[in-house]
Amino acid sequence: MSAPTHRKVVVTGLGAFTPLGGDVASTWAALLAGKSGVRTLTHDWTETIPVHFAAETAVDPSEVMDRVEARKLDRAEQFALIAAREAWKDAGAPEIHTERLGVVIASGIGGILSLLGSYDVYLEKGARRVSPHTVPMLMPNGPAAAVGLELKAQAGVHTPVSACASGSEGLGYAMEMIRSGRADVVVAGGTEAGVHPLPMAGFAAMMALSTRNDAPEKASRPYDKDRDGFVLGEGAGVVVLESEEFAKARGARIYAELAGQGITSDGFHIAAPDPEGRGAARAMKMALIDGGVNASEVVHLNAHATSTPAGDIAESLAIRGALGADTDHVAVSATKSMTGHLLGGAGAIESVFTILALHHRIAPPTINIENFDDEIKLDVVRDQPRSLPEGSIAALNNSFGFGGHNVALVFRSV
Amino acid sequence: MAHSVDEVLAGLAEIVEEVAGIPASSVLMEKSFTDDLDVDSLSMVEVVVAAEEKFGCKIPDDDVKNLVTVGDAVNYIVKAAN
Repeated sequence: MSAPTHRKVVVTGLGAFTPLGGDVASTWAALLAGKSGVRTLTHDWTETIPVHFAAETAVDPSEVMDRVEARKLDRAEQFALIAAREAWKDAGAPEIHTERLGVVIASGIGGILSLLGSYDVYLEKGARRVSPHTVPMLMPNGPAAAVGLELKAQAGVHTPVSACASGSEGLGYAMEMIRSGRADVVVAGGTEAGVHPLPMAGFAAMMALSTRNDAPEKASRPYDKDRDGFVLGEGAGVVVLESEEFAKARGARIYAELAGQGITSDGFHIAAPDPEGRGAARAMKMALIDGGVNASEVVHLNAHATSTPAGDIAESLAIRGALGADTDHVAVSATKSMTGHLLGGAGAIESVFTILALHHRIAPPTINIENFDDEIKLDVVRDQPRSLPEGSIAALNNSFGFGGHNVALVFRSV
Repeated sequence: MAHSVDEVLAGLAEIVEEVAGIPASSVLMEKSFTDDLDVDSLSMVEVVVAAEEKFGCKIPDDDVKNLVTVGDAVNYIVKAAN
């Protein structure tokens, strides 16, 4: 494969606000310990929908965010801002001309809690009582705008929307901003806050959600024979990306290189995956070519693996289609078994996990596999984390979304 | 319903504290909403709507732009509510 000619992009900061913890350290520790972030919901509407559980954030944003600031922000914006602050601090708050600083925060749905909550206000109290903050809170680019304002970013603020592939597409877009020379530093990630009866009823109507109400922490079980759908999660993941030259010039700590991306679309069905995973396989192959990474270097893969019967199999076929015999030395982790599915936040938080796996040379476990589905021809990391080899190694992160979106990112150790 | 200047000031101060996080004790007649109390144009709409509800009066949008200081608003509300 030909080596890329563009500027190298590296990861220098990480932030997370997830069902497993309020920051990267607590989330990563819970992930390696195989803990589930899924719980029975305690909202007054819980019993009105068929699915009574989800993976809500471990910490409520009100515990870490000022009340006056929080009341003007949608919950998805709060998640993104909290995670972005952590990532920015973790990167050492780079000194950069704001015209060279960009922000890309993706979302699958946008501020749906604000949208629906404001509609309730309108119905109950009339138009005069609809908050003037409603539109900035419901617009899908609201989280990106909030982070951009905080950092005064002026190289461009963007929000890719591709359902559950959004977060990964966000990182890919940010990488291109740096490669093309439009920015030197980009704060990139994804966020979602959709634990509300309407989207949950919609997903349930699609038969997409697990209905394991009697054992919520066992409900997200990718690769298990008895998997019956995904578990809705919420939260955000954010990374700081920089051109390698900028990061090295300022002496930044570098976690990993974001080496390449592959983006394809299925052109097959609005919600169902191509059963053979052809579009997903092409995305992974393209990511490797784009990153100048040989399949033999790939030792870890954070799978999209949402715990749906069809999706997990299609992805496993795609992985083997893309990597061939090299699949056998890839330690596959399905971290949604612990975090649930963060939708537009998924690709971002799973990128954080993939980066940490390379940095610490350890692949997180997949939990809840009681009867492994033998149709899955992958080496899945089960129950306990697994060490990754020394030397130069690479890892893939897959994200797919309703609409037939396929995004694969490839990271390389430094 | 009639309200005194002191009553309206106290009520408005509570609203500003809720909306902008400024301690009610700092919300004084001569303070400017924008320059002194961190109430931007969007938050000003919130203050106005909350004040209308609290004091049972109407503050048309065309009049809101004239309410520069807390005193402007207090005097307007006292007059409108009486």
